[in-house]
Amino acid sequence: MVNKVNGLNRDDAPSVHIMRSELGRARGLGAAKSGSHHWWAQRVTAMALLPLSLYFVVSILMLSGTSQPQMAAFMAAPWNAVLYLCLTAALFYHLSLGLQVVIEDYVHGETARIASLLVLKGGIVLCALACALSVLKLAL
Amino acid sequence: MKDVREALMVGRNTQGVMVRRPLSPHLQSYNMLRMSSLTSILHRITGVALGLGTLLFTAWLVSAASGEGAFSVVQAFLGSWIGLVILIGFTFALFYHFCNGIRHLAWDAGKGFELPVMYRSGTLVFAGSVCLTVAFWVIGLLIW
Repeated sequence: MVNKVNGLNRDDAPSVHIMRSELGRARGLGAAKSGSHHWWAQRVTAMALLPLSLYFVVSILMLSGTSQPQMAAFMAAPWNAVLYLCLTAALFYHLSLGLQVVIEDYVHGETARIASLLVLKGGIVLCALACALSVLKLAL
Repeated sequence: MKDVREALMVGRNTQGVMVRRPLSPHLQSYNMLRMSSLTSILHRITGVALGLGTLLFTAWLVSAASGEGAFSVVQAFLGSWIGLVILIGFTFALFYHFCNGIRHLAWDAGKGFELPVMYRSGTLVFAGSVCLTVAFWVIGLLIW
């Protein structure tokens, strides 16, 4: 072991004492317990939503004041159904990641936080599945 | 202190008195009308608003899949005055979140952190989202 660092005694050398366990460092997942996955997923879905939301806005303009058979005819075009499914997936995933952070920021009690996160994630899965199934039903 | 994590939640103030560190939202320490704080909090507010908007999105798709009766009820609501006001709000929220989202992605790439650039991009976000909202509704009401 080296006892001198830059000419200083080991005990005098400036250092930062990290209280994190070796196992925690090896896993590298940090306090969020999932590493940088949340951050990346939020950015990737954001990038996917740039073209998808523009497509959505244009489709809304095309579908303004439309009747149900016209809506079904629109979704019967494969590209529209596929793009709406992609939009649904990216939108609800992005929403889930975003609202999760809002809850983690503002809901401080552990029980309340976990409970509201579970309700949020459950509600989002329900809405996402309802949208996807509706698109498929219109398309098929 | 019951939990070692709480050790990180206390500090000394300028008088040297031990205090709990403030938890977010740090409303007391930010001027919410500054470009930096304003664009940031609006990004979150529009994000949460768009989250509520997905309920309408879901209702719209589910009613379309349910049949003509349900769909015409939803379309009639969206075409009413209340519906249009709500939709104008959602389109502004969408365009704002879209424009400011691009700004956030640029920051993630390490670009645009200089103060003058941040102010310019913030102004551009406001101008862009207002223009896009107006353009959307001009086109929308013309073809409706």
